Amino acid sequence: MTATYEKIATTTLGSATTSVTLSSISGSYTDLVLIMQIASNSSNTLFARFNGDSATNYSTTRLSGTGSSAVSDRESNSSTMALSNYAYPLSTLGTTTHIFQVFNYSNTTTFKTAMCRGNSASDGVDATVSLYRSTSAITSLSISTNGFGGTSSLLTGSTFTLYGILKEA
Amino acid sequence: MSLILGILDSGGAAAGAAGTYESISTVTVGAGGSSTITFSSIPSTYTHLQLRGITRSTRVITQTAFRVRFNSDSGSNYSYHGLYGDGSSAQADAGASTTYIQLPRFSGESATAGIFGAGVIDILDYANTNKNKTLRALAGVDRNGGGDIWLNSGAWYNTNAITSITLTEASTGDFAQYSQWALYGIKGS
Repeated sequence: MTATYEKIATTTLGSATTSVTLSSISGSYTDLVLIMQIASNSSNTLFARFNGDSATNYSTTRLSGTGSSAVSDRESNSSTMALSNYAYPLSTLGTTTHIFQVFNYSNTTTFKTAMCRGNSASDGVDATVSLYRSTSAITSLSISTNGFGGTSSLLTGSTFTLYGILKEA
Repeated sequence: MSLILGILDSGGAAAGAAGTYESISTVTVGAGGSSTITFSSIPSTYTHLQLRGITRSTRVITQTAFRVRFNSDSGSNYSYHGLYGDGSSAQADAGASTTYIQLPRFSGESATAGIFGAGVIDILDYANTNKNKTLRALAGVDRNGGGDIWLNSGAWYNTNAITSITLTEASTGDFAQYSQWALYGIKGS
């Protein structure tokens, strides 16, 4: 039995920024788990990209609770991976939490599947499954609330903690 | 402006949960596929179990469900509920007095090559002999224009400690090559 679930990196934003990139991710683990508590100056979906890839290689299927109904939608052939819908970050810290999991991120045989659970006490909850159509190992992961092109920012105090989970050989 | 964080020490000693979360064993399906994925001789030294994995079926279909049984029990001792989104609406699924717990759909042979579903399954208090056993799951597959995301619960009406877990495809298919499930143990305080 091997102890695992190791903290790889953690950061708290000291100033507002349009995106956060976790780079030089080692291929030493099987899965990645990124836990985020984010505040943003616009009520916008949370987005991810891998390896700086801005081509239309991402897609997402979502299940959301809006406060009055349960709904589902999807995005296909997108240039970003959408991680939330109703559980979008708000301007007040501590009102949303997102847990983003990337499976078999370093294998070079399969496309990459990721899941995110988003929680906003004031606006809704989301569960998403996403596909990154690339067989390249993921070595960097970027997060943004502006779709990597708008003007909204991740605000000071937002936290990001990345864990690695290793499987038994 | 964007912030770039370089990770220089990826295997660093700082371990948030290390010591309480252990890898028990991993099954990776080889060429030709496999009809079952089984974890046996599971030690009772943990509080909870977690299965993490990616799955694809050999069945000629875009996506298909899979099932779980404990301790090889094929009696009608299981039940399950699921809430899922299929990209256009929220749906629900359930089964009572079943011979298995049904779990989310994953990609099949008709899906684009390279697409695998993924899931995390938590099996709670699995070694406790005073109560029945429950699991929960978050799992699904996105196929770039198709797919489901699921939230599941399941019960096994048996107070025996769980010592083996068997996964099977829901119909006639096998788990395809490169499907991989890893079993982890979570210690209590």
